[in-house]
Amino acid sequence: MSKGTVLVLGAKSDIAMAVAHRFAKDGYDIQLAARQADDLEASCTDMELRFRVKVTQHDFDALDVSSHAGFVDALPILPSVVVCAVGYMGEQAENERDVEAAAQVIRSNFEGPASILAELANRFEQRGSGILVGISSVAGDRGRATNYVYGSAKAGFTAFLSGLRNRLAKKGVHVVTVLPGFVATKMTEGMDLPAKLTAQPEEVADKIFNAVQKRRNVIYAKPIWWMIMMIIRNIPEGVFKKLKI
Amino acid sequence: MMAPRSTDELLHLVRQQGAIARGNGRAYGDSAVSATNTIHMKHFNHMVSFDQETGQLIAEAGVLLADVIEAFLPLGWFPFVTPGTKFVTLGGMIAADVHGKNHHKDGSFGAYVDWIDVVTSDGSVERCSKTENTELFEWTLGGMGLTGVILRAAIRLRPVTSAWIEQTTLVADNVSHAMELFEQSMDATYSVAWIDCLQKGQHLGRSLVMLGEHADAGSVPTRFRKTPLQGPAKRRRNFPINMPNWALNGPTVRVFNACYYWNGKRKPKRQVVDWDSYFFPLDAIQGWNKVYGRRGFAQFQCVLPLSHAKDGLNELLDAIANAGSGSFLAVLKRFGPQAGKFSFPMEGYTLALDFPVNAKTLALMNDLDRITLQYNGRFYLAKDSRMPRDVFLQSEPRAEDYIKYRQSKGAPTAFSSAQSERLGL
Ligand SMILES: Cc1cc2nc3c(=O)[nH]c(=O)nc-3n(C[C@H](O)[C@H](O)[C@H](O)COP(=O)(O)OP(=O)(O)OC[C@H]3O[C@@H](n4cnc5c(N)ncnc54)[C@H](O)[C@@H]3O)c2cc1C
Ligand SMILES: NC(=O)c1ccc[n+]([C@@H]2O[C@H](COP(=O)([O-])OP(=O)(O)OC[C@H]3O[C@@H](n4cnc5c(N)ncnc54)[C@H](OP(=O)(O)O)[C@@H]3O)[C@@H](O)[C@H]2O)c1
Repeated sequence: MSKGTVLVLGAKSDIAMAVAHRFAKDGYDIQLAARQADDLEASCTDMELRFRVKVTQHDFDALDVSSHAGFVDALPILPSVVVCAVGYMGEQAENERDVEAAAQVIRSNFEGPASILAELANRFEQRGSGILVGISSVAGDRGRATNYVYGSAKAGFTAFLSGLRNRLAKKGVHVVTVLPGFVATKMTEGMDLPAKLTAQPEEVADKIFNAVQKRRNVIYAKPIWWMIMMIIRNIPEGVFKKLKI
Repeated sequence: MMAPRSTDELLHLVRQQGAIARGNGRAYGDSAVSATNTIHMKHFNHMVSFDQETGQLIAEAGVLLADVIEAFLPLGWFPFVTPGTKFVTLGGMIAADVHGKNHHKDGSFGAYVDWIDVVTSDGSVERCSKTENTELFEWTLGGMGLTGVILRAAIRLRPVTSAWIEQTTLVADNVSHAMELFEQSMDATYSVAWIDCLQKGQHLGRSLVMLGEHADAGSVPTRFRKTPLQGPAKRRRNFPINMPNWALNGPTVRVFNACYYWNGKRKPKRQVVDWDSYFFPLDAIQGWNKVYGRRGFAQFQCVLPLSHAKDGLNELLDAIANAGSGSFLAVLKRFGPQAGKFSFPMEGYTLALDFPVNAKTLALMNDLDRITLQYNGRFYLAKDSRMPRDVFLQSEPRAEDYIKYRQSKGAPTAFSSAQSERLGL
């Protein structure tokens, strides 16, 4: 018997896929939503064989905000949990020169995810239950020269999630903010990341699963990032602006 | 190391030459490493279909054995052949044509492979089986990744009615006695012996011989009888620290082994054990190899033909006992006949040992090489990290044909591992 249904947005991401596996393993049905969802056929079959739950695939474009209400209407069932992994890092250097590119990053990390979660939040509010999980980033904790376009969009998304949580706290709807540090995924493939600070997607998925069960508010993955970001946030601006970090 | 995400990406990498596939890296040596082009198969991990009537699973090569068990044991299916760890991939099991405790009865993993899709040296995907493209099939089983990259396979699982094994433990005074017990137990589905390597003289090869059968639902411990296809939840034991190397000298290991022996001996002779504890006791001890200290450890595994087994095993164990450098694990198994062209098993006895790596044990392993050759034995490439080329070629008259086959297919430039370079395959 199904424990509920989890909608995973941006399902082709390694973190998203690990999250889907984690919930399916526990008996949740899964809705995988992504651009060109047809490619997810093999993943659906695989998860149905592994976990004996129902897995469906759905076309979803976070940037096509006018489609979001229709997208939710077309889901076979309104999910009990939503995890949004949509994100796009882009190239900082390009984002500095090219407004279009920067807008794409800002919209993909903020506008798109906020729009779809807002839509789902309203339906959850009406129903009086549901959990919304937004994957933001530690990059949003303070703007840095090396990735402030991405970082500022994530900062916006983090603030949005915080406000949404505040608004829905008494309505039976819960919001979890996930702030990963480095994670070994397609996004970071080929980068030289410090192993001790880098989480595997499965680790992040475990954290998210537990956070949903325990209705946690804000989680860092790995926890050491909470410490790192607290220090970074507290460096006086006069000093910070001269640093290369 | 590259981890392709699509068949196209994989084909592209194979065209770069010098490629070797890597599964979950559980082979002990350098068989899944290439200097320039190691292809990690972790993204090829989809299960494709399962036939509940026949027990046939079609899956990509990077799927883990642990996941196969987790998915299908609850439905009453278990792999026919399992190595000593469940953290291996289907590709790795096919490439090493792995054996379990039931080789004498059921053969090796390859016997349950219906077909394989292999990316070969010309960059095409070829299906092969016992009846189609047979040469490729036969050399790929046990071929250590040197015929191409296994993409997906169809394997068969065995029907079971519980997740439990009825285990019978017998004590053997020495290795000849252990062999007698094996010979009397040829009908047992599973058999394996754990040897106390430090005994000498008339106790040389003193061991516990453990036989096993799949338990039927009625024999499952009462607490679990309602859900016979589920094992108990596991707690992991940890070896959290690296023990210093000095802790590994003779006396420590002697105690270790003796404990194992007596602990086992005191338990009732018949027990019902869950599948995980029975097949994969080492998996429960995370980082168990740490007990050997930071210098790590090496494995030695050979098989001796039945006709020479008794003399050969006595000589091997004698050399080990005299070296006094103790082996935490020494495992003896009876192999049945083997059909494969390059698979490791042959009818006879196989001895597998773990050693902490140091100058003394490396010298000992050279002695073990020599004894194995003397008794017409051969070595398991999945456990080898150090064998000299001449020892290998002397032990493997089959290598010549394999090399010829590889040459005829342009495989030597397309696929090579550090191991194949070392051994001249
Ligand atoms: C604790 C322990 C116990 C073990 N017990 C046993 C045992 O009882 N019996 C036994 O037979 N073995 C045993 N082994 C060895 C193990 O089963 C083999 O080494 C197996 O090949 C490991 O699989 P892997 O997926 O980790 O492969 P890897 O170690 O990554 O690779 C092993 C070989 O398989 C090849 N390979 C892997 N994937 C592919 C692919 N997709 N296509 C082509 N080639 C590929 C590699 O090139 C390499 O030659 C044991 C190992 C350990 C660590
Ligand atoms: N990896 C890290 O170190 C790290 C650190 C902090 C935070 N994060 C965040 O974690 C989340 C998952 O990232 P990841 O590391 O798994 O990287 P990823 O593979 O790049 O995942 C991002 C996913 O977002 C999807 N996406 C982008 N734009 C979309 C749109 N308009 N509509 C629908 N889907 C869209 C992408 O889909 P396509 O496949 O179609 O492109 C991709 O699958 C992201 O939000 C990321 O910002 C990652």
